[in-house]
Amino acid sequence: MKHWLIVATGLLAVIAGACSAPPGNPPAANCALRLATTTSTADSGLLAFILPDFEKKFSCKVDVIAVGTGQAIEIGTKGDADVLLVHARAQEDKFVADGHAKERFDVMYNDFILLGPQDDPAKVKGSARAADAFKTIAATQSAFASRGDKSGTNTKELSIWATATITPTKEMAWYNSLGQGMGETLLTSNEKGAYTLADRGTYLSMKDKLPNLIVVVGGTSIQDNKDKDLLNPYGVMAVNPDKHLGVKFEMATKFVQWILSKETQERIGGFGKDKYGQPLFYPNA
Amino acid sequence: MDEIFRGFLHALRFIFSADPALVEIVWLSMRVTGVALFISTLIGVPVGAALGLTRRRARGLIAALLYTGMGLPPVVVGLFVYLMLSRSGPLGMLDWLFTPSAMIAAQIIIAFPLVAGLTMTAVQGVDANLPLQVRALGANRAQEIWTILREARIGVIAAIVAAFGGIVSEVGAVMLVGGNIEGKTRVLTTAIVLNTRTGDFDLAIALGIILLGLAFAANAALLQLQKRGGD
Amino acid sequence: MAELVYRIRGLKKEYADRVVVDIEQLDIHTGEFLVIVGPSGAGKSTLLRLLNFLEPPTSGEIYFQDQLLGASSPLLEWRRRVTTVFQRPILLRARVRENIVLGLSFRDERADDRIEKILARVGLSAFAQQPAHKLSGGELQRVALARALVINPSVLLLDEPTANLDPYNVGMIEEIVREHNRAQRTTVVLVTHNIFQARRLGTRVGLMLGGRLIEVNATNAFFNSASDPRTAAFVRGEMIY
Repeated sequence: MKHWLIVATGLLAVIAGACSAPPGNPPAANCALRLATTTSTADSGLLAFILPDFEKKFSCKVDVIAVGTGQAIEIGTKGDADVLLVHARAQEDKFVADGHAKERFDVMYNDFILLGPQDDPAKVKGSARAADAFKTIAATQSAFASRGDKSGTNTKELSIWATATITPTKEMAWYNSLGQGMGETLLTSNEKGAYTLADRGTYLSMKDKLPNLIVVVGGTSIQDNKDKDLLNPYGVMAVNPDKHLGVKFEMATKFVQWILSKETQERIGGFGKDKYGQPLFYPNA
Repeated sequence: MDEIFRGFLHALRFIFSADPALVEIVWLSMRVTGVALFISTLIGVPVGAALGLTRRRARGLIAALLYTGMGLPPVVVGLFVYLMLSRSGPLGMLDWLFTPSAMIAAQIIIAFPLVAGLTMTAVQGVDANLPLQVRALGANRAQEIWTILREARIGVIAAIVAAFGGIVSEVGAVMLVGGNIEGKTRVLTTAIVLNTRTGDFDLAIALGIILLGLAFAANAALLQLQKRGGD
Repeated sequence: MAELVYRIRGLKKEYADRVVVDIEQLDIHTGEFLVIVGPSGAGKSTLLRLLNFLEPPTSGEIYFQDQLLGASSPLLEWRRRVTTVFQRPILLRARVRENIVLGLSFRDERADDRIEKILARVGLSAFAQQPAHKLSGGELQRVALARALVINPSVLLLDEPTANLDPYNVGMIEEIVREHNRAQRTTVVLVTHNIFQARRLGTRVGLMLGGRLIEVNATNAFFNSASDPRTAAFVRGEMIY
């Protein structure tokens, strides 16, 4: 009669038992460094390419939390990460100024590009400056997709609008603030035939899934990009341990030194060359 | 249409190859959801039963709170847990943020009101005269409550199933408090988000199929229990 | 035979200022078959709940087997010597046999031979493994009766157990109860508004009106030479209620 009861209790017991003993996990190194970074470094595969070297050298696992730059900086501000690798210069400088990090270092850069639909309804292909293209897009009211998520890309996009002396608002029907990551925004633009600002690395890694999009400003490589305003520098910062207890400053400092080292910089410069015919990131430490 | 079909085929191949990374993600999902469900049931069923057996007037406020909790957006729960567990939050010393423990905590908060609230409803649905009859047959207080719970078991199982479905497919809260760290806090739902973001739809579909399969298997198993308990 | 199961003095039960039971004096003898008749709302069911110790009285004295009910009484133990079959059988969603076992399981008792015997007596042996909720109304009440008798109670309280049942089931239930009353010396208190049933079964019959016990008398006297005019009116069917 207590059939179902026995089965139910058994089931729960199995679940509970299973939980206490996770199988197959590698003997977790006691050391774990928490890196808050942007989706572009993780999703492009760069981190998976370079991090194993660090983990081996210092026998310390790196836990990557890939979010928008805005959220990554917020995580650092709360002391919930040990080291940041982000790309929004103004916010990074403020982070240092507020004392959340002692110093910021250049790590690498790539560039942003303006993408648009094949038929280029605003006729902006070949514009020298993104700001000019933005003006035309606004004037022709062509569809534009914005990340709208306070990421580094979103920050850059807004600064270009500012240069173009236009303030996008939600009343503008052609301006779509998606509140999404780079990947989703690219896919949406591809489907909707919208213009959008993207980092070249993510675009290259997803190019085969974006048949309806072409580069309208920025050319085929960073050397081809005439608008120096579109440069996209990445910085690294070790979170200040004086502000938050538990931050692993020593290991974070080692990480900073490691990523700035000649060897790692060379690896960064080599990443993606064979696959995309050009590097996705250019080291500049 | 072609893409969906191709994705589906890829997905099946991927599943049957039992890719170690995939196994790890599935295992972590089951672990996190399993522990969260176990604890929610352990607390939620007695609380729900106690409330269901209480007179209406005394129950009012707590019942209202429970029903509100059932409708709470998981992301809000995630944000709350995040702020609590942050190193600058009140529970920062636990160092749970971006670990499975944080995800379990968030899922418990989501699942508990579901288990307790639906258990309460199930217990209230039992014949109002049953307690009297059971006591007339010589039950002590514990035996009385146990008998009523047993009588409400179909509803109680439904409560647990609903909670399972609610948390195994939840993404917002676990993404926020877990951080989607590969090999550590990456579960089925956050992996699906990641692979959708990077355009790896085949992988996303494969994970989706597995999630669906797990949910179906769990529901089928519990419904089987319910059927057996029903006669 | 003079031994008393219940000795009741000045018993009152009130719900929010409404007096539901107000009994000056009532003695219930071991092994007797007492029937309480009266209109709906007379307080009969409340009296049974008091006798089963399911509710405490507001005031007054109940002696159960010579012990006075009070704050320190072993209520659970007393309750386990008494049981009630209600008008509407409330069974668990489980097999017939599991329902019959319920009272025994509360007492951690096993009595397989008694279960088989009682199942056979109520004519449900073939249904032992059937889900209880698939039975008919009369069968359900027989399960409820078997569930009560299998624990061998000292006192069996019956609250309109055969209202709404067909003559076959009424006859069967009456027969089994009478049998148990005689063979086991089980004290029975039956509440009914069917005066014919009262005459058939009772060794004594009492009339309740508005919470008060108007008259308790040997069955013959109750029906043929009532001392209270209201009893006579009730028996003749002249009381409108």
